Amino acid sequence: MPTKNIYLKELESESIYVLREVAAQFERSALLFSGGKDSIVLSYLAKKAFAPAKIPFPLMHIDTGHNFPETLTYRDEWVKKIDARLIVKNVQDSIDKGRAKEEKGYNASRNLLQTVTLLDAIEELKLDCCMGGARRDEEKARAKERFFSHRDEFGQWNPKNQRPELWDLFNGRKNMGEHFRVFPLSNWTELDIWQYIKEENIPLPNLYFTHQREVIERDGQLLAKSDFLNLRETEKGKMMQVRFRTIGDMTCTGAVLSEASTIDEIVAEVAASRVTERGTRSDDKRSETAMEDRKKAGYF
Amino acid sequence: MNSSPQRSLLRFLTCGSVDDGKSTLIGRLLYDTKSIFEDQYEAIKTSSEQRGEQGVNLALLTDGLRAEREQGITIDVAYRYFSTPNRKFIIADTPGHIQYTRNMVTGASSANLAIILIDARHGLTEQTNRHSLIASLIGIKHVVVCINKMDLVGYKKELFEQIRSDYEQFSSKLQIVDVQFIPISALNGDNVVDKSANMPWYGGSTLLYLLENIHVSGDENLIDCRFPVQYIIRPMNDEYHDYRGYAGKVAGGIFKKGDIVMALPSGFVSKIKSINTADGELDEAEPGMSVTLLLEDDIDISRGDMLVRENNQPSNGQDIDMMICWLNEKKLVVGGKYAIKHTTQDARCVVRDVHYKININTLHRIEDDKNIGLNDIGRISIRTTRPLFFDSYRKNRHTGSMILIDEATNETVGAGMII
Ligand SMILES: Nc1nc2c(ncn2[C@@H]2O[C@H](COP(=O)(O)OP(=O)(O)O)[C@@H](O)[C@H]2O)c(=O)[nH]1
Repeated sequence: MPTKNIYLKELESESIYVLREVAAQFERSALLFSGGKDSIVLSYLAKKAFAPAKIPFPLMHIDTGHNFPETLTYRDEWVKKIDARLIVKNVQDSIDKGRAKEEKGYNASRNLLQTVTLLDAIEELKLDCCMGGARRDEEKARAKERFFSHRDEFGQWNPKNQRPELWDLFNGRKNMGEHFRVFPLSNWTELDIWQYIKEENIPLPNLYFTHQREVIERDGQLLAKSDFLNLRETEKGKMMQVRFRTIGDMTCTGAVLSEASTIDEIVAEVAASRVTERGTRSDDKRSETAMEDRKKAGYF
Repeated sequence: MNSSPQRSLLRFLTCGSVDDGKSTLIGRLLYDTKSIFEDQYEAIKTSSEQRGEQGVNLALLTDGLRAEREQGITIDVAYRYFSTPNRKFIIADTPGHIQYTRNMVTGASSANLAIILIDARHGLTEQTNRHSLIASLIGIKHVVVCINKMDLVGYKKELFEQIRSDYEQFSSKLQIVDVQFIPISALNGDNVVDKSANMPWYGGSTLLYLLENIHVSGDENLIDCRFPVQYIIRPMNDEYHDYRGYAGKVAGGIFKKGDIVMALPSGFVSKIKSINTADGELDEAEPGMSVTLLLEDDIDISRGDMLVRENNQPSNGQDIDMMICWLNEKKLVVGGKYAIKHTTQDARCVVRDVHYKININTLHRIEDDKNIGLNDIGRISIRTTRPLFFDSYRKNRHTGSMILIDEATNETVGAGMII
């Protein structure tokens, strides 16, 4: 059932416009796919934008090797369902080649290492544009991100010298070696995404729904117990009824206590929620400007 | 949250000089509509305490980047979101300084409405005039003048009335259709979301009520049919062997199935066979909708072409006059060549002439200084390398706007509004 909600239709139309603009302006683009709800919605919109033709660019997954197994199962089914091409690039390869160095300690995560693998992939595949599902409402530094975000030859973002973006005229011109990040979902909020998933009946990984899971409580977060998480001696797993609000690595994505088992219940929960979804991500908590610093370096 | 299907989108812009209370007002709107999450609130509460401020500084909510936090000013356009059961709102939060005119123009280009803040203690300032002029120039049809800090002037009606009449006198020279005035205190919340008990003399609506109920659907041009072709969809498989769809966003008028349309520049005429979306066919498509048009005849159409009605065609030519807002430190060069983007067309142009520059505080034309530098606004003539199909900006914001791009740096240097 396509949505009848006017504001969702408007957002959908805007995103489709941006996706088509990417296909028209760039030669080699890819859609960064993480298996999270935002990149699911983005690839769903890409399917709509070019129907009945195939999506004219591949999906690219930067695989940290620390994914939830459910994410990978979902990814492969979804790619088939929307008839897309998938490219997988492994952080492990970057580590093996000595391009990236594994973090140590209890809060070690491969989140930052993804940047290395991503930039290497961009260079190897000569990509001139990577689309991401980031939204401006997610985080302070994202609020100023453009739809078309220019990156220099080192993949860096310069927040002080962004190109002005007027009307719906997107300037994707660049020099050799430079590329763009494009964010077609810029104007969506978390609730919009959920509302849309609900109205369009988009299937999601079951991690988003309530389930029993063994979790570790750390710094106010509930982290999934897994082989990837280094445990302190005092830390003990506990079975809890949880779900995830965002899906990233098992090492840094916090679960929330929840009984929500349907999209309707999730929408109700998000609407009533008092903490942002990023509040469940320990990667953002490292410093107040953590996201801005990562973005400057070429992160998603 | 209940959301009715009628719930629509309103994009607005907030302008004010530094310290007029813009950040506080936005923080207030977000906070009072419960669009702030606990962790965000805790973060600004901690920051407020660290900065030794009394109470929680809602203005911190909208201060994004580190450089800005350090300087204590907003330097770029930031977008904020909140919603009520009636509407979803997108705020373009832009800085007030004169050196950031380009940011205001950027934020305003996609907005339907502008909130202009005035500090009740100071009344109209040069900045107020400049913001209003830019809003008018960029085609914003609705302006809400919020006279802020009423708590600091004893909530006096006379003061509000005085500022209001000053503004009305000034704005009569502008082309803003709809101007409304609200006395508020962003800090205390008077007349922002809830009606103020301190100003019983004010009979109008609160700011939020006004934002929720204002009609903006008439702002689009529903008469003159314009469909810039954005992308050609050709599945090239067995099932859709001969499928050739023209994808794009309607820029004006209403396109209906069965309509006779003309393709520009070729001039070929055909009939709309169907209006497609991934969710099925539509009977008609209106401005803002991304659709795919299929025509009865196999004619040669590519990106940058435009579908229109034969008896209602846009202007077509290479010599174009426009107002330009300059966005770059490198000055506009008369005789210089620039790349342009206009609808889905790419072209190049040479700047022929600068007619005048506008004093953006007084609206006066400056004819003896024709240097157009960063943040300047003026009237210029260009000649394009090939004919463009365009309307005046007043008639259609989509077909009447263009950007100029420096061919050496690829930066977007000018925002043009065709006269
Ligand atoms: N008394 C009073 N102070 C206000 C009001 N609105 C803003 N302020 C104060 O004015 C100062 C500047 O406000 P701010 O929102 O940072 O202004 P901006 O520069 O326009 O974003 C801050 O100290 C605010 O607390 C108001 O309605 N009444």
